[in-house]
Amino acid sequence: MELCDLTLHEIKDLFARKEVLPSMVLEAVAGRIREVEKSLGAYLALDLDTAFTAARAADARFQAGKALGTLDGIPVAIKDNLCQAGKETTCASRILQGFVPPYTATAVQKLLDQGAVIIGRTNMDEFAMGSSTENSAVKPAKNPWDPRRVPGGSSGGSAVAVAAGEAIVALGSDTGGSIRQPAAFCGVTGLKPTYGLVSRYGLVAFASSFDQIGPIAKDAEDCALLLAAIAGFDPLDATSVRGEPVDYRQELDRELTGCKIGLPREYFGAGLDDEVRRIIMTAVEQLEELGARVVELSLKLTEYALPVYYLISSAEASSNLARYDGIRYGRAAADRAELAAYYTKTRTEGFGPEVKRRIMLGTYALSAGYYEAYYQKAQQVRTLICREFAEAFRAVDAIVTPTSPTLPFRLGERLADPLAMYLSDVCTVPVNIAGLPAISIPCGFVRGLPVGMQIIGRPFAEGTILNIAHQFQKVTAYHRARPNGAERGEQK
Amino acid sequence: MREEVSVEEVRHVAELARLAFSEAELRVLAGEFTRILQAFAKLNEVDTTGVPPTAHILEVKNRLRADRVRPSLPRAEALQNAAAVKDGSFVAPPVME
Amino acid sequence: MNFEAVIGLEVHAELATETKIFCACSTKYGAEPNTQTCPVCLGLPGTLPVLNEKVVEYCLRAGLALNCRIADYSKLDRKNYFYPDLPKAYQISQYDLPLCRDGFLRLAGGKTVRITRIHIEEDAGKLIHSPEGERYSLVDYNRAGVPLIEIVTAPDLTTPEEAVEFLEQLRRILLYLGISDCKMEEGSLRCDANISLKPAGTERLGTKTELKNINSFKALGRALAYEIERQAELLAEGQTVKQETRKWEEAKQRTLPMRSKEETEDYRYFPEPDLVPIELDRSYVAAIAATLPELPAARKRRLIEEYHLPAYDADRLTAAKPLADFFEAVLRHYFNPKAASNFIMGELFRLMGEAGMAPEELTVNPAHLADLLKRIDEGEISLTLGKTIFEKVFRTGASPEEVIKAEGIRQISDPVWLRTVVTEVLKENPQSVGDYLNGKVQALQFLVGQVMRKTKGQANPQVVKDMLAAELARLHF
Repeated sequence: MELCDLTLHEIKDLFARKEVLPSMVLEAVAGRIREVEKSLGAYLALDLDTAFTAARAADARFQAGKALGTLDGIPVAIKDNLCQAGKETTCASRILQGFVPPYTATAVQKLLDQGAVIIGRTNMDEFAMGSSTENSAVKPAKNPWDPRRVPGGSSGGSAVAVAAGEAIVALGSDTGGSIRQPAAFCGVTGLKPTYGLVSRYGLVAFASSFDQIGPIAKDAEDCALLLAAIAGFDPLDATSVRGEPVDYRQELDRELTGCKIGLPREYFGAGLDDEVRRIIMTAVEQLEELGARVVELSLKLTEYALPVYYLISSAEASSNLARYDGIRYGRAAADRAELAAYYTKTRTEGFGPEVKRRIMLGTYALSAGYYEAYYQKAQQVRTLICREFAEAFRAVDAIVTPTSPTLPFRLGERLADPLAMYLSDVCTVPVNIAGLPAISIPCGFVRGLPVGMQIIGRPFAEGTILNIAHQFQKVTAYHRARPNGAERGEQK
Repeated sequence: MREEVSVEEVRHVAELARLAFSEAELRVLAGEFTRILQAFAKLNEVDTTGVPPTAHILEVKNRLRADRVRPSLPRAEALQNAAAVKDGSFVAPPVME
Repeated sequence: MNFEAVIGLEVHAELATETKIFCACSTKYGAEPNTQTCPVCLGLPGTLPVLNEKVVEYCLRAGLALNCRIADYSKLDRKNYFYPDLPKAYQISQYDLPLCRDGFLRLAGGKTVRITRIHIEEDAGKLIHSPEGERYSLVDYNRAGVPLIEIVTAPDLTTPEEAVEFLEQLRRILLYLGISDCKMEEGSLRCDANISLKPAGTERLGTKTELKNINSFKALGRALAYEIERQAELLAEGQTVKQETRKWEEAKQRTLPMRSKEETEDYRYFPEPDLVPIELDRSYVAAIAATLPELPAARKRRLIEEYHLPAYDADRLTAAKPLADFFEAVLRHYFNPKAASNFIMGELFRLMGEAGMAPEELTVNPAHLADLLKRIDEGEISLTLGKTIFEKVFRTGASPEEVIKAEGIRQISDPVWLRTVVTEVLKENPQSVGDYLNGKVQALQFLVGQVMRKTKGQANPQVVKDMLAAELARLHF
């Protein structure tokens, strides 16, 4: 196994033992990028020169015994919807071509402050709208386990980079499953934090009441480390929550005895791939063996989650994306003769088809005469879904579901049918509707393709779900499998 | 909720959103919207009488900021991403009232 | 047919906060274009608004002063529309749950004008329209994000005069509260008017038009008067009034329809997800209520009752808080309300007017005016001289004492000196003395004039007159 296939905590141990220096890790990552990036398309922009400068500075700190923090010297990839001062931030959209923000997202700044080495910006579905990274205006990313298949989305590039050793850890964003679903498809571990735990300042908005930044890593322990590094109150985000910083790694040594886990039957019904179901149920048995008490429960409103999610997220998106008008930033139409035409031309040329579809859907849902029937109705059902989760969590500590009802699908397979594409998110969107934390961990393989298990927790109970994931990973090796064949988990 | 979304409605929404579509695209969109909204009509099954809408899942209220001035961006940085700039200002198409 | 006008106003006041409503940029007026902007008020992707606490406080001050109900629960909403001066393509405003609602303002005549609501929102940037023949506009976002309150009245006003009075009273209150500069010429106070006509004595509402671009109190009165006449003519001819937005053209003193958009606006309001709701604690509201100053109407009433001032005086003195404060400060040293009022309304207001001085710029020490008024009362200086001295006090900030000394003004109460002058004048004008002694009483006035001339106006004419009369009486016998 090469350095770039190791986890963050393994590398930290090597740093601590002075066996390895940050620039050596970056060398390995850069080598892997040279090897596989062309065929995987994980990155939209690489900045290895800056990264090597940062890595050498980290080397010097380690040699002087003055390392900055958890992430010092760790090569990190960030999704291209996180602003970083001086770096082009495009959200994989034509309309943001050339946009260089004069400021840095709070989460990214926290990484930089702790010495992280940012190697590049990862590919994604345009404006984070999609479940396959095929909506990138630049290029699709490919699943490293089978490049004919999608890596999931929208944080596909981040998941691919981590899975393929093109980064040690990565940041993604999750609005309806955009961290968890690609993590599941790429066989890595991804966590969507509770809404409000991580500042959204500097995250280019898709749907403001759902968006959260979170870690994508090779295991739960790495997610714990990365989450601790980015979480916390930010005065620049009015929806970020005040609270004491939590050392999530400290939460990872609790046995599961006494832990109650709920299996909502609605997530295991029609539409769930049989093989995925088999893998998940085996994983659930594993949790039981670890001491967890598994109970069946019902979340009756699950079937309404998709419309609620798509109506509200599209409505918010239609407003959030109205600012792309070619005047202050971004790509603009050439002809500035007439205002309305300029707007329309700029936006029509700049946005891709899925983004346009969502803007249209959201505009429709908010427009006169439809607000009550669509947007408000969705918000009311949202209330009921939140209540239903709260009720369920009175009986259980965590809820386990598949992350995706299917295996990674083939490129192009669902592009023509938006509804089929939206169905990819059926297991993940309820979590965003209720603002809950959830993690996806690898829990098996079907014909060489990874399957992800989603563990949902109570608000701000990241420690609980990280611990369950970690206990599972202590006795399984799916998370140690690498697509380059370094160590295949399925043979375990 | 509507049973069918017409091309005319889609055209109107496109105008509101400042997007342009060809006639063929409008027809495709109308069809997609019809299908999507028919699927979403499922929401009508849920009784929401007296249920307050949720705009925020957070319990946070009154997140306010002190009225203290901090430096603005240097003008060059404020303008750096604009497609066109003149006399320290952003250039927009002519606006008449 | 006789018509009655039905008028409602929508007033926007920029709040006098240090920073913008959602970011820490300065709100100072008149800066170079785009020098008071940041990623937040430019609407750069990924930025988020955070509400300025002073904006809430100031809006509550306005609401409490205007007798509104303060909301327990309030929220912000997005109003979506495309325009180059609107960086995010939505304005953060308040739709269905404004901070304040259901208030009123009472006009001088006792009429109550209902305030429907007061809400907070952000201002847009400024567009500099294309010069003739040029095919572009320039956009300055310094003003984008400056906090506003929007005050909406019920259609309770019936004449242009009432509307103007309402706006004047409202401005006075906002200035007393210290929450806005209310400068119409700088745009920190703006007023749109809705107006329709109905046949006199009926409740049948007509079609209304909305008037914009009203840049002064005078313009408000004239625009409404013009519009009343225009609508009345249409109705009298049996035509209908078109519901539209019309622009007041100051140069031509008329309203014209604004270029109508192809479609009616659909603002697609929805709750702003980037900001959390506002829940106001009763004790917080009470604390703000406790800090409200005495408002103009109450103060006017008190000036009338406490000092027995005529309503006219009380009204003028309470036109601005600094003036009323000044008046009452003068009274602390010199308790003759009517004399103080006369001097302030006459001399002080004249000098302020000439200097183009706003009430809040007034720097005269009230003790100085009190001292001067005392000296006049005691006959030490004449009223005329007092005015001359006050002008110097006003311009230099020196005390009356210092001015008198510096200018070498002799104290006319010095009877020895005055008697010398009187004797001189009697000697120099035997003709007039003779006339007076022969019963031509008006000759006395001439002699007084001569004394005044010799003393360069420094003598108290009444004292001079008495002294002359006494001297002449002595000659007579």
